[in-house]
Amino acid sequence: MSNSARPSDRSLARQLRSAKSFCVFALGSGLLLLWPTITAHAAGPGYFGYGKLATPAEIAGWNIDVRGQDGVGLPDGKGTVDHGADVFAQQCATCHGTFGEGEGRYPKLMGGEGTLTGERPEPSVGSYWPYAPTLFDYIDRAMPFISPHTLSADDVYAVVAYILNFNNIVPNDFVADRNSLPKVKMPNRDNFTWQDPRPDTAAKECMKDCTDPKTVKIISSAEGTDLTPRTTGPLDAMTGN
Amino acid sequence: MSGRMRHGWQKSRRSFLRIGSAAAGAVVLARRAAIAGESSPPAESDWTRAVGPGVVDRTYGQPSKFEKDVIRRNVPWLTATSQSSVSFTPLQSLDGIITPNGLFFERYHAGRADVDPRQHRLLIHGLVERPLVLTMDDIVRFPSVSRIHFIECPANGGMEWRGAQLNSLQFTHGMLSCAEWTGVKLSTLLDEVGLKKEAKWVLVEGADAARMNRSLPIEKCLDDCLVVYGQNGEALRPEQGYPLRLLVPGWQGNVNVKWLRRIKVGDAPWFTREETSKYTELMPDGKARGFTWVNEAKSVITFPCPEKPLSAPGRYEVRGLAWSGRGKIKAVDVSFDGGVNWQSAQLQEPILSKALTRFTIPWQWGGQPALLESRVVDETGYVQPTIAQLRKVRGTNPIYHNNSIQTWQVKPDGKVFDVQLG
Repeated sequence: MSNSARPSDRSLARQLRSAKSFCVFALGSGLLLLWPTITAHAAGPGYFGYGKLATPAEIAGWNIDVRGQDGVGLPDGKGTVDHGADVFAQQCATCHGTFGEGEGRYPKLMGGEGTLTGERPEPSVGSYWPYAPTLFDYIDRAMPFISPHTLSADDVYAVVAYILNFNNIVPNDFVADRNSLPKVKMPNRDNFTWQDPRPDTAAKECMKDCTDPKTVKIISSAEGTDLTPRTTGPLDAMTGN
Repeated sequence: MSGRMRHGWQKSRRSFLRIGSAAAGAVVLARRAAIAGESSPPAESDWTRAVGPGVVDRTYGQPSKFEKDVIRRNVPWLTATSQSSVSFTPLQSLDGIITPNGLFFERYHAGRADVDPRQHRLLIHGLVERPLVLTMDDIVRFPSVSRIHFIECPANGGMEWRGAQLNSLQFTHGMLSCAEWTGVKLSTLLDEVGLKKEAKWVLVEGADAARMNRSLPIEKCLDDCLVVYGQNGEALRPEQGYPLRLLVPGWQGNVNVKWLRRIKVGDAPWFTREETSKYTELMPDGKARGFTWVNEAKSVITFPCPEKPLSAPGRYEVRGLAWSGRGKIKAVDVSFDGGVNWQSAQLQEPILSKALTRFTIPWQWGGQPALLESRVVDETGYVQPTIAQLRKVRGTNPIYHNNSIQTWQVKPDGKVFDVQLG
């Protein structure tokens, strides 16, 4: 008899246990089910409600970007090559040279055509840049270097026209504006790929006898070059070089 | 308090007087040695014999004065100005995977902006339902996350494409740092403004004088990008974009826009100057690669290195760092013979995705010439290539993304040189 009672006790206990674990399970899965629902709602626009809605005037003040490929964002205004030469002489030539040839280590803005496959390529606006409207975007936001974003839209257009002109990309009577700039075909435009082809190497994790030891030769050493600044003591000005 | 201290010291002096003459003689010798400026036993050093400065003597802690050479350094001949330039982290003097905030490498396009956080604003607009202006207080209120990630300038090692030029770990690999970043997921902010269905690309722009701007595909923005205000537990340093920067884990440093002030959502990339004229790789056939964002797996031995040579034959622990923009490090192998034979190095925990990972391997150096190399394999199975393998595909003019195996030549006198093998 006692034996017959036990199974029922056991089964009751089992039922209780399973009921308890069911409750825990139900609660747990309920939370699990509920949680994504909450976060899904949280993902809605304005859920947190922080900050303030940007007004058109606020956006207009900072909305300076110009897209390189299609010129979207180019502002009103226009500029000629001649006017660009004047602005360039005053604002740009100190660093970039009168005709964009560059001073010291400041960037060259012209030249280098035909060098890109050579030993010492000279990428410049003329030889390398793919899109003309990018010139407007960059000059407008970041130049002149010591007083950026101080040129009027007309002056920026003019400087862009002048730079394109001394690279022999546009004629002397070219007028840069929001319609003309996107139509300028930069000489190097089609030489860019915008899909990353990497990984483009297929090195293997070889562990033993990976190369013939006789072929292991030092072909280049930094020993004795005077290019390395010192890494102890104060900063190295390398004025001796 | 100081009176009691003095009393205690006098008491111990009295007890000195009671000890035996032989021991007293040793004490005298020790005191003489201390006066001579020695601190090895049995002598006592100056700093042990005197009470030091108290709390708040330095209210923001600084490294020991004996670490004064451990600083960011630049290569003066590299750039026209220091405002559009780079400084290098002294990896040769650092331990662990976290770069101290004061030593994190710098890259500026128009100098360091010193931004007032009370006046800083983040504008999010373009193809969104609710264009927003956010203050720093607003941004900090959003749900936050902390992640450890490296940032590496893709030009790290760029001066070595044509050959070994810089005899220094700091200058061959120091455009690399790693920190714990705290901020809000970019996806949280984009959810809050509500993306329109045409949203495909995002323009990110800094508040520096270059208004530095880059395009990013929306997939990456929604994946793991962060808008961060915390760096290793404190506010971002101005050098790192205080009060707000973008963090794009594993991708080239330049897209991690500092002093972040604007996020504009669009339907096409912008082809900005920094992603056309710069940060594109010129191939031998004259074609250039753009939008090559990810930093492929790379590793380097940080000890020994040119700055940290070997002092004498004996047992050493060779140490190094490995990292991958595609995820976690799976293995690092080390060669002592220029890549003929390799041994597995020990990886140190933690091994985190898109973070620096330490590796070590013991080495018995008998004083013979050696060619040390490390080679990383990441979780995608990608194996770090040699410079010869890279040059075969990409030539010598890409400037960016030189993730090749570094060879250190160890000479019999223990000096270490940056070399390349053929």
